[in-house]
Amino acid sequence: MNLRRLLSIVVKELRQLRRDRLTFAMIVGIPTMQLLVFGYAINMDVRHLDAAVLDQAHSAHSREVVAAMAQTGVMDFHYQLHQPQEIDALLRQGKISAALVIPPDFERRLAEAAAPQAAGAGLARAPLQIVVDGSDQIVQQAARQLGALPLQALLNPGQATPSANVEIVNFYNPERRAPVNTVPGLIGVILTMTMVLFTAMAIVRERERGNLEFLIATPVSPAELTIGKVLPFVGIGLVQVTVVLLLGVAIFHVPINGSLLDIYGAALAFIIASLSLGVFLSTLAKSQFQAMQMAFFTFLPQILLSGFMFPYAGMPRPAQWLAEILPMTHFMRLIRGIMLRGATLVELWPALAAIGAFCVVVLGIAILRTRKRLD
Amino acid sequence: MATSPATQSAERKPAPTAGGNAIVARGLTRRFGNLVAVDHVDLTVARAQVYGFLGPNGSGKSTTIRMLCGLLLPSSGDIEVLGYKIPQQAEPLKRRIGYMTQKFSLYDDLTVRENLEFVAAVHEFDRARARARIAALLERYWLGNLRDQLAGTMSGGQKQRLALAAAVLHEPELLLLDEPTSAVDPQSRREFWDSLFALVDAGTTILVSTHYMDEAERCHRLAILDRGVLVADGTPRELADALPGQVLLIDCDNPRQAQHALTNLPGIAAMAQIGASLRVLTEDGTNRHDAIVAKLREAGIDARVETTRPNLEDVFVAATRQRPSEDAPARAAQP
Repeated sequence: MNLRRLLSIVVKELRQLRRDRLTFAMIVGIPTMQLLVFGYAINMDVRHLDAAVLDQAHSAHSREVVAAMAQTGVMDFHYQLHQPQEIDALLRQGKISAALVIPPDFERRLAEAAAPQAAGAGLARAPLQIVVDGSDQIVQQAARQLGALPLQALLNPGQATPSANVEIVNFYNPERRAPVNTVPGLIGVILTMTMVLFTAMAIVRERERGNLEFLIATPVSPAELTIGKVLPFVGIGLVQVTVVLLLGVAIFHVPINGSLLDIYGAALAFIIASLSLGVFLSTLAKSQFQAMQMAFFTFLPQILLSGFMFPYAGMPRPAQWLAEILPMTHFMRLIRGIMLRGATLVELWPALAAIGAFCVVVLGIAILRTRKRLD
Repeated sequence: MATSPATQSAERKPAPTAGGNAIVARGLTRRFGNLVAVDHVDLTVARAQVYGFLGPNGSGKSTTIRMLCGLLLPSSGDIEVLGYKIPQQAEPLKRRIGYMTQKFSLYDDLTVRENLEFVAAVHEFDRARARARIAALLERYWLGNLRDQLAGTMSGGQKQRLALAAAVLHEPELLLLDEPTSAVDPQSRREFWDSLFALVDAGTTILVSTHYMDEAERCHRLAILDRGVLVADGTPRELADALPGQVLLIDCDNPRQAQHALTNLPGIAAMAQIGASLRVLTEDGTNRHDAIVAKLREAGIDARVETTRPNLEDVFVAATRQRPSEDAPARAAQP
């Protein structure tokens, strides 16, 4: 390893990068665009579902219930229905995702619910019904929240009501805002997409354009070449982290509860892991197009299994094993831990160690596969 | 690259002595699957000479050059270049050779100066030495006013001058040039060859592959490759003198008609129309002059037939047609 040669490759890469407007724009453009799209669009805490109401009771209480439901903001009642069949049609056409049904015997059911012992043997029938488009689980979940609406308290403010059995105390994200959860994870998504893709393509491009044939006839070593090409991307990755952090705080008011140094430490580890993966892919790909395909092949499991979109705890065992291999899973634990829960890197060492192990194994294989020959 | 014990010991070895041969290869063979790209080639290149590889596309020129500088592993055979055993000692060799690839392999998106600065740094030149060397190269290869131009925007001849400047930047003892003039106009080719002879005068050994006869003619020695086999080897003059057949020049009004008339005459190896005359190569030393005149007269063609000195093209045609071509369909593009 010769420092002068290493530096010469870094300088060359930076000079080429400066002339590559598209890549240069992508370095800042990708994080900005993704942050805005994910930050605004992805919201698991669903509000403003298109809904209809079928009030068959026509009582003062029923109107009060409809008003209270509308007030929660979960459902927007666009349709006042008169026939139960209408619900079916609207749901099927996709015009509504939910419908509130108030049965004709609403008053009686309400009384039964208030005094269950008086209702005799059978179980009390629920006074309200919400019909939901179950094809979307997240919508289903949102509607379920409404099932917990304390009807009695709503209708009889004076009466004491039995409190909910389980109270959920929301630490770290009391307002339940989605960006608080998405933005830290987005750092991981953006870094995987850009780092893996850029490195794999940058190395394969050298081969595709024939530069490699010249280079391997010089004293340049594969390690110098690889590290020299990859080093500028470490800087680029840190720039992207900064862009996401700045926009995340400025636009989405994402809290940074841990130390900035720990955030950058975790990001650095993850950048190196992603670059290692990119270098490894470059040893498999024969063209830039193949490199791109392979990079995309690695994105999906990383994004879907890492816990960025779906909670790790909800995955079946084999998916969890696979997730444990992926560096992004561990980065999600690190970045959410540090940014949201104020944890330190030291406390989260197992995740950091897992990323380190990934780097060693993947980069090791990549270096073993690199030959300073054409065959 | 992890330096193996073998290459370390090679680096400690004193530089091979000057004089003697720059390249010695014995039984050099390379297979790509079923295709034998290079087939038992024996090669000896003396120092401070221009040694040419003449052959059609796919004859194994590039593959041979790549094996000589350690970029490809030979399937079998022994190579010694500048005293280094190849491929085992390829790494120390790389400091002492310059290699110019067939396709422009510097960076299109760097300027002339940036490309040369990069190559200088790769060869561990410090800043001052690099600056002086690059200034000298820019001047010698008429690149001075192109110094800040992106390499990708230059003409074929300019790119080739830049590639040569990069290949000789570290003053290598041996220069391997793979079809350096394929994308270059005739004037630039002449200038390029002048530069090569200037390098040879300074003691550099040059191995150059080409498919141009005029370039082959300028080499001190040359080898003719055909489908991976070395079919002739010597100075251009030796090769011409050793030609077994005769060369006859037929001047007549209609050379095409003459060619048609002679098609089935035994003993004729090849015919080619050169302007208003027909150049005929015979298979052996037997004098065919009278037979040809008779045959032409029979066809009613009035022609003047005279023997002439064979040139390199005749040698090339004779050398590449002698071998049976049963493996011709297996011939593939250069890897």
